[in-house]
Amino acid sequence: MSVLVDKNTRLLVQGITGSAGAFHTRQCIEYGTNVVAGVTPGKGGQMFDDKIPVFDTVWEAKQKTNCNVSMIFVPAAFAADSILEAVDADLDLVVCITEGIPVMDMMRVKAQTRGKRTRLIGPNCPGIITPGACKIGIMPGYIHKEGKVGVISRSGTLTYEAVWQLTSRGYGQSTCIGIGGDPIGGLSHLDAVKLFDDDKNTDAMILIGEIGGSAEEEAAAWIKANCKKPVAAFIAGMTAPPGRRMGHAGAIVSGGKGTAAGKIEALKAAGIAVAETPATIADTLIARLKNN
Amino acid sequence: MNIHEYQAKELLEKFGVATTRGKVASTADEAEAIARELGDVDLATGRVRPNVGLVVKAQIHAGGRGKGTFKDGFKGGVQVVKSPENVREVADKMLGQTLVTHQTGAAGRVVHKVLVGESAEIAREIYFAILLDRAIAAPLIVASTEGGVEIETVAAKSPDKIIREPIDPLAGLQPFQTRKLAKQLGFEQSQTKAATKLFDGLYRTFIGCDCSMVEINPLVVTKKNEVLALDAKFNFDDNALYRHPEIAAMRDVAEEDPREVEASKHGLNYIGLDGNIACLVNGAGLAMATMDIIKFYGGSPANFLDVGGGATEEQVTEAFKILIADKNVKAILVNIFGGIMKVDVIAQGIINAAKTVKLSVPVVVRLEGTNVEKGKQLLKKSGVELIPADDLADAAQKAVAAANPKNQKPNPK
Repeated sequence: MSVLVDKNTRLLVQGITGSAGAFHTRQCIEYGTNVVAGVTPGKGGQMFDDKIPVFDTVWEAKQKTNCNVSMIFVPAAFAADSILEAVDADLDLVVCITEGIPVMDMMRVKAQTRGKRTRLIGPNCPGIITPGACKIGIMPGYIHKEGKVGVISRSGTLTYEAVWQLTSRGYGQSTCIGIGGDPIGGLSHLDAVKLFDDDKNTDAMILIGEIGGSAEEEAAAWIKANCKKPVAAFIAGMTAPPGRRMGHAGAIVSGGKGTAAGKIEALKAAGIAVAETPATIADTLIARLKNN
Repeated sequence: MNIHEYQAKELLEKFGVATTRGKVASTADEAEAIARELGDVDLATGRVRPNVGLVVKAQIHAGGRGKGTFKDGFKGGVQVVKSPENVREVADKMLGQTLVTHQTGAAGRVVHKVLVGESAEIAREIYFAILLDRAIAAPLIVASTEGGVEIETVAAKSPDKIIREPIDPLAGLQPFQTRKLAKQLGFEQSQTKAATKLFDGLYRTFIGCDCSMVEINPLVVTKKNEVLALDAKFNFDDNALYRHPEIAAMRDVAEEDPREVEASKHGLNYIGLDGNIACLVNGAGLAMATMDIIKFYGGSPANFLDVGGGATEEQVTEAFKILIADKNVKAILVNIFGGIMKVDVIAQGIINAAKTVKLSVPVVVRLEGTNVEKGKQLLKKSGVELIPADDLADAAQKAVAAANPKNQKPNPK
């Protein structure tokens, strides 16, 4: 078992004919993901790599292929509309990889999709992977290994770092979710923690956060009250100067809020093992597992 | 991106937000002409009428202008004066001179423009801001009757004096909300119309310019019963600048760290810091974490640099040039976890950089991920002198040691 995606996932790629979309679609197929359709407005009727039908609309793709998850590689200016289109087609999950979507666009997407059953991961995220079963996103597949640790993160390469540490030490992952680095997005740390808590095949979790917002604190409070599984965490941005946006649109300490120190304190108070450096994320979890 | 006070004023005026009258000048002649246009000057005497003053404000991106000193000894980047002739004199003393404030550092900033305006006689000061609140994914108005001071101070001392009004992102700011705010902020009935009009204009500015924050501190009631935005601070969403070319054009690169300006030309995400270990990393999270681990092992990062997910060899070469040009830098730490970005591309970028710029400081390289073996071989074959590292901890310790050759053993904090 795993969360959100597995062998049965039928993937649609919005923006499949663009260069990034095409490249990563091929990488996902190579990993074993079942890609059943693509959407690029104006290119309906074509075949991608002679095997995947391309449609003009998500509505049509759903009708013809029964796809249930979408991966979005549409340029930032049009990506919000693509998310809404996927939600309108009542898919189970939308994974938006696109970086640079205006925050106001995401604010409206969030308001317009309230109450809908479709889940959103991202935007500005590496995607989601259930090792050995389904890769939806831009992460390198080979660093992952099937196993029982759930990984949740706002960052891409920092997640790879943690996953690689786990894999190198023989610990596999149930599912790894990159929720993205934007100030307004879909799935939160807390949503992901709840999914892993309910998943029978996840025994422990790694939670990777960074400066900005209060999503890590919210997850910590819930974990303290409800979660029995061991959790290790790392927060990036101890040395980030206040008021500066550190790459990710959401990674900013403003008005003294969203500091790494504050988040680490909240996590520790919730009984979560916090890694002192990014080099010891896996070891921190393993030590916690051995103590239990 | 930051903008000048006069540009903020222009934006507010465009959306019908009342501000004090005034205009920007680049020369002393222009400054005097603006002062005359402002009107309340007694034509017979050439003096400004009683109760009205003129103000000349140096336009730089740093705070603390009023208490700042020019390098030639002239005191005060904000001056209240009596007549258009005085405006001319003061503008002449400011333009082309370097103003040093507590925010500029010792180097100061050259004043290229001054804002000439009427100085409002303030009866009451209010704090009013609209920000995009990530927790509720909606705009939020934060206001207080305690204007003119830092809102963080008010929040700490008297949290009950802070008003919060969330706005429905789809419906927008409603008229009843502006009336409620006017009441909560203690506006008199005779001022309500002006206040609600100002709130509405600010909301339209916030949405229309894709702001992440507009802060008016203070919003004032004058002795003439006017309601005016006296000072404005804007934060824009960089992701949305593509649809606001007029705002993007307001960028003043003379006000920015030259290292950051150079980096942005090459599409690199760079933030200058004051340490001596430069970092070159792919991915924002890993870049932050790399700075953190340098600090953990007793070093000090010179910068944040995310070369992004799709960097080219050229970008990596340019990144190296920027890092090497920083005189404080004593060592460089390259930390790459190849995902989308292939490790051999980074390796080739390092080799190219070594050919075009002299690598005058030790370079510690940690590579992992897609095509890592290919990348390592490229570096080995190239003959470029580098310090290879096995993992992140090893890399950070080697970089700290390389930057402090006397300290053989770096001490964890």
